[in-house]
Amino acid sequence: MIRLEGLEKVYGGKGGASHHALKGVDLSIGKGEIFGIIGRSGAGKSTLIRTINRLEEVTRGRVVVDGVDIASLSTAELTAFRRRVGMVFQHFNLLSSRTVFGNVALPLELAHVPKAEIERRVTPMLELVGLSDKRDRYPAELSGGQKQRVGIARALVAEPKVLLCDEVTSALDPETTQQILDLLRDLSHRLGLTMVVITHEMSVVRDLCDRVAVIDDGLIVEQGNVFDVFVAPQHETTQALIAGEIEAALPKSLRRIINNGAPKDGENPVVKIVFTGPNAYDPIISQLSRVAGIDFNILAGQVDYIQNRPFGILFVEAKGGLAEAEKAIAFVQSRNLKAEIIGHVDPDSVPLG
Amino acid sequence: MSIQILSLLADAAVETGYMVLVALSLGTLFGAPVGVLLATSGRGELFAMPVFNRVVGAVVNATRSIPFIILAVAIIPFTRLVAGTSIGTSAAIVPLTVAATPFIARIIEGAIRGVDSGLIEAAQAMGAKPLQIVFKVLLPEALPAIVLGLTLTTVLLIGYSAMVGAVGGGGLGDLGIRYGYQRFRPDVMAAVVVTLIVVVQVIQSLGDRLARKLNKRIR
Repeated sequence: MIRLEGLEKVYGGKGGASHHALKGVDLSIGKGEIFGIIGRSGAGKSTLIRTINRLEEVTRGRVVVDGVDIASLSTAELTAFRRRVGMVFQHFNLLSSRTVFGNVALPLELAHVPKAEIERRVTPMLELVGLSDKRDRYPAELSGGQKQRVGIARALVAEPKVLLCDEVTSALDPETTQQILDLLRDLSHRLGLTMVVITHEMSVVRDLCDRVAVIDDGLIVEQGNVFDVFVAPQHETTQALIAGEIEAALPKSLRRIINNGAPKDGENPVVKIVFTGPNAYDPIISQLSRVAGIDFNILAGQVDYIQNRPFGILFVEAKGGLAEAEKAIAFVQSRNLKAEIIGHVDPDSVPLG
Repeated sequence: MSIQILSLLADAAVETGYMVLVALSLGTLFGAPVGVLLATSGRGELFAMPVFNRVVGAVVNATRSIPFIILAVAIIPFTRLVAGTSIGTSAAIVPLTVAATPFIARIIEGAIRGVDSGLIEAAQAMGAKPLQIVFKVLLPEALPAIVLGLTLTTVLLIGYSAMVGAVGGGGLGDLGIRYGYQRFRPDVMAAVVVTLIVVVQVIQSLGDRLARKLNKRIR
């Protein structure tokens, strides 16, 4: 559906300081896919998403949407093309002088759709995003989440095939974020949309996207299925972005008492077990005790669902030596789960339980 | 105060109203497009024409840097060309319009520049053409600020209109100078001043109220 080939974008130049925002980006986004692009601020994600509807002209490379190289479009064709690509913004960008209805109607007005038909198309759209009762309110009277619903309805009212989401939840609180992500997911399935989602929040990717690309300093450094990238991040930027999500499983107070390096005699190894795949539901801890012949003390853990697949992390203290811990690890690995020794604790320093 | 003074005052007020309203309308007619262009023709903007932008900006600044009384006298040949005469209330509309046009252009430019650029981007993403962006996005969003600016212009024009007596225009200012000052009639002067104060107060509060009504940002 969307193909980006060797995209480069250089700002400025001509003697002045130039900034190389995109340094050769290749991406292929399939029809009906929800594709996340994650990166830190300044990584080039905003520039990247704006090349897809040509709000940004590229310096080099091609953007092909639905088989059309959009650089070849004339002004009139570009206008028509943009009507088939919806866009939702971080700061909503609603017209303060128009009601909710008026805002959602705007793309249709711009396309000279007759009044009666506008009425006929906007009304169900408002229903779809749950704003039927706010129809005649002005944006200033709405909450952030409601404003973003208006933004989504406006982007979808012209029935686009592609929806571009630029940090759509970054200005919202966590609860509202969740509602907006649920809405987007639901709409994408119902309307068969191809969605490109720009974000700096890993949780948005986790809860919304099918595939993800990680952008760092103008380059795609990693991409793949969201689950795979989450479970086994390769690039350090990805690891850092995910760390924020997962490290939370290991509270600071525990991190302080866990020492890095191999355990010596009398110290208990700390094992990190990652649960993914079909065996994630196995009663692994009780089996571990039996196999290794020692007790395990659960220090911390977290169970999550990514794309409806369980994904858990458990930090356990092996109440024994290195040999037993390794036996346990071998057992875990035999069940196709991951485990490794991440450090050790002084047996006396761990609070009971 | 005699009936005679009241009648003079009423006539003068009507003349002032006539001059100000016509000059305001014509000034808006000429100034609004210039203002829109000034706000949208800078480098990288909707109708990017940087050279045009700088030239028009310079002309607007030049016009605005001439004191009104000098301007009114300096353009007398132009006034005669347009109005057929350089004397009288109708003729006075010419210099008033010439002064109002660049002022209104700057007012409208400022109001449009106050519109969040994100709205332009959103409109472009929807497939809006540049003129659609002006009429469907920029002007409606800038309207409250434009109304406040036009209110300001109206008050300014009432002030200027007092000076056109010098080139044969009538109105409240002319009445005040000829009767109140030159004929030593403090009662006429006082009546003129009070009338002006009341008129300006009324216009300002009407403008404020209209702008507040149009502004949907604050609830």
